[in-house]
Amino acid sequence: MTTPSRTSRRSGIRGGEAASGWLFTAPMIILLGMFLVIPVLMALWVSFSDWNGRGSPFAGTVSFVGMDNYSALLGGGGLAEQDFGTALRNNAWYVLLVVPIQTMLSLFLAVLVNRAILRGRGFFRTAFYFPSVTSSVAITVLWLFLFSSTGAVNKLLSFIGVNGPNWFNDPSGVLHNILRVFGVTTGPAALTGNSFLGISFWEWLAGPSVAMSAFILMAVFTTSGTFMLLFIAALQNLSGDVVEAAMMDGANGWQRFWRVTLPQLRPTLFTVLTLGLIGAWQVFDQIYTGTQGGPGKTTLTPAYLSYQTAFTNQAWGQGAAIAFILFVIIVVFTLFQRWLLAERKVSARRMRLYVQTPTPGGSK
Amino acid sequence: MSTTARARVQPRSPSQRLRTLSRPQLPTSAIAGRSLLYAILIVLAIIYIAPFLVQVATSFKTDAEAASNPMSLIPATWSLAAYERLFLNSDFPVWFQNSAIVTVFVTLGRVFFNSLAGYALARLHFRGRNVIFALLIAVMSVPGVVLLIPKFLVINQLGIYDTYVAMIVPLLTDAAGVFIMKNFFESIPASVEEQARIDGAGTFRVFWSIVLPMARPALVTIIILSFQGSWNELSHFIVATQSPELTTLTKGVASLASGQLSQGTQYPLKLAAAAIMTIPVAVMFFIFQKRIMNTTDGAVKE
Repeated sequence: MTTPSRTSRRSGIRGGEAASGWLFTAPMIILLGMFLVIPVLMALWVSFSDWNGRGSPFAGTVSFVGMDNYSALLGGGGLAEQDFGTALRNNAWYVLLVVPIQTMLSLFLAVLVNRAILRGRGFFRTAFYFPSVTSSVAITVLWLFLFSSTGAVNKLLSFIGVNGPNWFNDPSGVLHNILRVFGVTTGPAALTGNSFLGISFWEWLAGPSVAMSAFILMAVFTTSGTFMLLFIAALQNLSGDVVEAAMMDGANGWQRFWRVTLPQLRPTLFTVLTLGLIGAWQVFDQIYTGTQGGPGKTTLTPAYLSYQTAFTNQAWGQGAAIAFILFVIIVVFTLFQRWLLAERKVSARRMRLYVQTPTPGGSK
Repeated sequence: MSTTARARVQPRSPSQRLRTLSRPQLPTSAIAGRSLLYAILIVLAIIYIAPFLVQVATSFKTDAEAASNPMSLIPATWSLAAYERLFLNSDFPVWFQNSAIVTVFVTLGRVFFNSLAGYALARLHFRGRNVIFALLIAVMSVPGVVLLIPKFLVINQLGIYDTYVAMIVPLLTDAAGVFIMKNFFESIPASVEEQARIDGAGTFRVFWSIVLPMARPALVTIIILSFQGSWNELSHFIVATQSPELTTLTKGVASLASGQLSQGTQYPLKLAAAAIMTIPVAVMFFIFQKRIMNTTDGAVKE
């Protein structure tokens, strides 16, 4: 184990370090390279090819088809484009609802649980966090039962006189359903006549289907605990001084939260939003376990569509292309999020307050 | 549950009152405010816990009762039919065994390889270290779901499709875990290692006998994360295997949920399967609860 150095002790140690440095990192480099980097490059090639799943994707019979797979998805006018548009629509609504709700709820839970005077803090934290450690498959099975037509949720709703829907079999859009209450059953010609990615604007605005809403509730249920922990950690790292100063200035609890605590939580808020966005664009396990895209393709997501296209329909090129478009979407959202964070560390309005009034008390 | 009861019965124990006094709070609205706080917390806690109680209760019901009385927490007639069916007349034990095998190997592998790589990146000076670290960060940002097809392609090309190797080896290390270990090793003072080096210990020995034992908190984090991660993993196993002998719990239970809908609802069976698959992570969670919560409970002793 010990290698006595021939030259000076120092260079001996350094020399050994280089070798062991590479040796120590080699397993990681090989594993991540083999199962992460090379696969991505292979899939990139497949997304530009007409490989049908038989033999090697590098065999002579497989040919380069350029952007064919991508254009079939983004403007082919066929079923592929329509399915992709539907999947994007479904997932966009999912993201639009899940990300803000889970962020607000987890922050709310963290603030409640973080009270120093609270008894049974450990119990409440455990209760809120527990759903996050269980597998998405197990939770989905549970959800299928709770939200079945004769399930616990509908039973609960019947107590308050509401006739619950047949959740996972109801493809109707929530926003369309709300409009129907006001007697609107078809959209204006401008919305129904024009379309994007094979889906009319009216359909884009349908909102999440009832089935997707159940998945949205499930996502909020399972992720709020994780993000609550991030917020608790951030809250505990805040120094009490600023809050105390605000208290001295007579700020009430609400003002202290909005004006003092929340601005300090900004970095964590962005972490939670970014992680939430990345996670919410990758819905797969739930769909695979639960609805497989149904009813009426309203729970189809790009991740599941990519899997289905490649593995079930054997359209590997198109499946890989969907995966890469999804990849780009996630990267763009993440970069946008970063940009927002870098841009607005101190908002213009706040900056003005600082400039005009040097004392914090004067800003009210 | 006992904790809630305690919280409700004695909200103003002597120590509590003392604490309230020592904090600059509005005394008049404090009691009303705190009651509201507890009311909200208890309602929320019920919402978060009730589904799991319903799940366990339903797994002991008959099919008919599960449909007619989905909310009751005590079955009218206790039935072990679901569990009997799972353990005696299905592949469930095989699934459980496969999940256990994969989880053990993946967890051991991650503890070793992640700490090895994390140590090298944190402490060893060698050319290319920064490049490796930059690549690691880049790799971390690749969303897992877009890797489904890519992983299948490589596993297929390597000729390991539908083997334990394909299930385990790709999961043996993860970028996030290496990152956690690197951060931890950077926090250990360098003087500790110097001592050992002067005594003539080699790099691996310094790592194995000196630094690694000090990294227990970080290692526990890795163990928890990889146990949970590999036990709950689904998509990797979908693309790496197809034969029934290699089905894991996640894959098996997912097939129960979707495939057998035509044969009646069988909710007790499905919920029993889901409940059993939750037990190992739940046990893990309650053992390491304090570590997972990762927050210091200062003022209140529980």
